[in-house]
Amino acid sequence: MTILVSEKTDRLLAVVPTAALRPEQGAAVLLPGGTSAAVFLLHDGSLHAVGNIDPFYGAPVICHGIVGDRAGAPTVASPLGKQVFCLRTGRCLDDPSASLPVFEVTAADDGVIHLSMTGNNREIPVGQS
Amino acid sequence: MRVIVIGHGMVGHRFAEALTDRDHSETVQVTVLSEEPRPAYDRVALSSFFDGADEEALRLPELDAERVDLRLGVAAESIDRDRKVVVTTDGGEVTYDELVLATGSYPFVPPVEGHDAPGCFVYRTLDDLDAIREAAACAQAGVVIGGGLLGLEAANALRLLGLAPHVVELAPHLMAMQIDEGGGALLADLVTGLGVTVHCGAATTRVTTDPGTGRVTGVELADGTRIDAGIVVFAAGIRPRDQLARDCGLEAGPRGGVVVDEACRSASDPRIHAIGEVACLGGRVFGLVAPGYAMAETVADRLLGGHATVPDADLSTKLKLLGIDVASFGDAKATAEGALEVVVNDPVRKAYGKLVVSDDAKTLLGGILVGDASQYALLRAMVGAELSEDPSVLITGANTRSGERVLGVGALPGAAQICSCNAVTKGRLLAAITGGEASDVPGLKACTRAGTGCGSCVPALRQLLESAGVEQSRAICEHFAVSRAELFEIIAGAGIRTFTEVIESHGRGRGCDLCKPAVASILASLHTGDHVLDGERAALQDTNDRHLANMQRNGTYSVVPRVPGGEITPAKLRVLAEVAEEFGLYTKITGGQRIDLFGARLEQLPRIWRRLVDAGFESGHAYGKAIRTVKSCVGSTWCRYGVADSVGLAIELELRYRGLRSPHKLKGGVSGCARECAEARSKDFGVIATEAGWNLYVGGNGGFRPRHAELLVSDVPRSELITIIDRFLMFYIRTADRLQRTASWVEGLEGGLSHLREVIVDDSLGICASLDEAMSRHVSGYADEWRAVLDDPERLAKFSSFVNAPEAPDPMITFTSERGQRIPAPSRPLLPLEPR
Ligand SMILES: Cc1cc2nc3c(=O)[nH]c(=O)nc-3n(C[C@H](O)[C@H](O)[C@H](O)COP(=O)(O)OP(=O)(O)OC[C@H]3O[C@@H](n4cnc5c(N)ncnc54)[C@H](O)[C@@H]3O)c2cc1C
Ligand code: SF4
Repeated sequence: MTILVSEKTDRLLAVVPTAALRPEQGAAVLLPGGTSAAVFLLHDGSLHAVGNIDPFYGAPVICHGIVGDRAGAPTVASPLGKQVFCLRTGRCLDDPSASLPVFEVTAADDGVIHLSMTGNNREIPVGQS
Repeated sequence: MRVIVIGHGMVGHRFAEALTDRDHSETVQVTVLSEEPRPAYDRVALSSFFDGADEEALRLPELDAERVDLRLGVAAESIDRDRKVVVTTDGGEVTYDELVLATGSYPFVPPVEGHDAPGCFVYRTLDDLDAIREAAACAQAGVVIGGGLLGLEAANALRLLGLAPHVVELAPHLMAMQIDEGGGALLADLVTGLGVTVHCGAATTRVTTDPGTGRVTGVELADGTRIDAGIVVFAAGIRPRDQLARDCGLEAGPRGGVVVDEACRSASDPRIHAIGEVACLGGRVFGLVAPGYAMAETVADRLLGGHATVPDADLSTKLKLLGIDVASFGDAKATAEGALEVVVNDPVRKAYGKLVVSDDAKTLLGGILVGDASQYALLRAMVGAELSEDPSVLITGANTRSGERVLGVGALPGAAQICSCNAVTKGRLLAAITGGEASDVPGLKACTRAGTGCGSCVPALRQLLESAGVEQSRAICEHFAVSRAELFEIIAGAGIRTFTEVIESHGRGRGCDLCKPAVASILASLHTGDHVLDGERAALQDTNDRHLANMQRNGTYSVVPRVPGGEITPAKLRVLAEVAEEFGLYTKITGGQRIDLFGARLEQLPRIWRRLVDAGFESGHAYGKAIRTVKSCVGSTWCRYGVADSVGLAIELELRYRGLRSPHKLKGGVSGCARECAEARSKDFGVIATEAGWNLYVGGNGGFRPRHAELLVSDVPRSELITIIDRFLMFYIRTADRLQRTASWVEGLEGGLSHLREVIVDDSLGICASLDEAMSRHVSGYADEWRAVLDDPERLAKFSSFVNAPEAPDPMITFTSERGQRIPAPSRPLLPLEPR
């Protein structure tokens, strides 16, 4: 099985072997333009993907954060400042002014998974190229 | 109104504080004359100066500088009552409307031959203690004249300074003012067991001196005994400092002190007041701080138009000396008509207790406790109340048959004083709790002052909070309702090996960044051999542990190989330099005497470590809540002053504890002599070499809230030292809270350092064998974490930058340079970074 990372369903962003994912541990996916996404496979088999850049530090580290839940919602905590983000909405639960872009994740029939940008978070921050 | 306070001791300070606090009109001008060159300090806790506290720690809260003119180092020379003027030693004059004398006492020195020779000291001020400390450096033994409260404190101080202490007491038993013969006998027994030589019923006839230098060589007793000693400390009682008052014609009491009425007004001049140890009230002078505070509050009230009078003094005392509890309260000597005494003398538990009850055995009048004063705060508060239980049961506090605690604060009436130092009643405390003013012990201290004096009522405060239903939540997070210590017991007891198991059986939800690392740490402490990155455990690890390196602000890592004791060969230094050059790493010397290599990308870590491991380096655990370093000075190998090999011991300790995961990071230090060049006392455990062995200090801390480590044991041989450190660490690991450093853990231990000593030295809980066993399992289970990564492709796979481009450097990470080294390029956070 592979994971397809795409923007909308028509723009494929990356292809990833799922064997590289470990439950409850994030992985960074390199995206065109030099930025990256953090993909998480949760214990219940669900997949989430958010932007990998910590908005507080500007560093690509969200994939290394600890996964958990807060009041039932799946979360990841930034490994640098420990701010907690909701994996579903990308919203920072500790600071309403911050959020991560969210990718929509769908598992395709052919054993691949499509990731696309959700409506409210279209811009992927691009690094200092 | 112009108010002058003469004397900035504990009582003068309290007065100035109370007056400015209550003077809402802000029309009072206060001038405080302080003979001592420093602001008021906690004289009651003076002896802790030898147990780690410094001047800073003893200082009392500062007075409001806008309202109080505090003149340090300026004493009052005379009082001119006609002109209402105080003449000061700096030649000035200050005019008053109201004058408050708070000059305290001076130590009484019996006029025996040689009493003023160099080497004779008194025990009253910080300067006295400084002088004693200095003289102790070149003495072997010390004699304390006086076996009262102060004398025993002084004896303990000499002991902490490494001297063999003797106590000479005229009365037939120790602490004759407070306790009876039975208690005194047990006390002498306990004190002797701790290395203090006690001479009771003994009169000092002369202090002998060296005919050449004139320095003290010892003392002679009336029975002909000679004690050789380089220091003599007089603690034979105190006398009020009433000379100023006498000189201006104020009436003095038969045994000194300014005679005052129940409002603390001088009998001779209504504009002059005397408070604290200099006051003679009802024909008596009081050598304790609580009555002094009551006087201070009374005068503050009166000057502002109130009608307060000094309440009857509570002369109860409790002290803990050398870990021995001694307490006396109420009518301890059974002076009341027909009073009955109930005595429990338990030679096995080494505890003596006596309760004095009314002739009908219904009312508690007072008591004495030696060896175990755990019931003191509650019994003292019960004085005058009807007895709820058989007195002998009350002494031990437990029903010997059921083992249940029989006496709780719940049983006390609202008017019972819980804190006698500050006269705080149970009613006041309850009002603070139920009124929402305070929900924990620090809160109660802040709003009522209870517990800020001698501290003996703190356990009662805690009980009161509990009984009022204020629960001190120690839950780790929303997923676990238990504390870290409880979780440790659960995991260890049930033999749990995974997070899933523990959260399913004892938690809820899926965990978070608080409980996951806590469980990871517990599992790592319990199972040293298991790799922290294996299986499910990898997902629990916090930022740095997850990749066995310290993540820096730009997402790169720093690498710190272990350099045990800070000792490193030139060849190894060369390897570090080569690795740094090859990978472009910024290098810096750390505070822990090793070298930090910054700016490594995730995917470079395995290659960097390959080089390091091949050159004989191993993980330094700079990334873990674990033992970091054991810092050392150069020690006796090179240093002219060193008395032992501090480097060798530091290396041994660092290698012994390497890899040990703990609730927070741990640091150690070893100094080769008392000069302390390794700054060991700022560490979690610090060792200092002495002529006779090693002193061990624990609970030190640099960082956010610096704290000196406190002396746990002295002059122990190396093997015993190591056993005690083993137990200290393991006991801490088992019972501390998440992210609690040893400093706050030690502070939070009920019973403090002496409890710790009982547990890990005397094995009072019977857990030493299991602590020892846990440590030996750790030592034998240790393996280098980084080597174990390099040897395993599964683990190595975790060090790739991207799942779809495992070796590609992250283009987001860029560098610039500064002072010839590579540093992170300025980041572009999407948000301004605010301190959280
Ligand atoms: C080692 C030790 C342990 C103790 N332990 C306890 C205990 O456990 N419990 C307890 O209740 N009590 C204890 N005490 C006693 C307690 O410290 C005193 O009762 C208390 O400090 C008295 O306060 P005070 O302000 O009256 O006197 P002090 O604290 O002595 O203050 C008087 C101050 O006035 C200054 N002064 C004197 N003359 C002048 C002048 N002419 N001009 C300007 N300044 C002047 C002095 O230098 C001094 O600083 C202990 C005392 C000592 C020394
Ligand atoms: S602590 Fe003592 S032995 Fe160590 S370097 Fe300093 S002076 Fe020398």
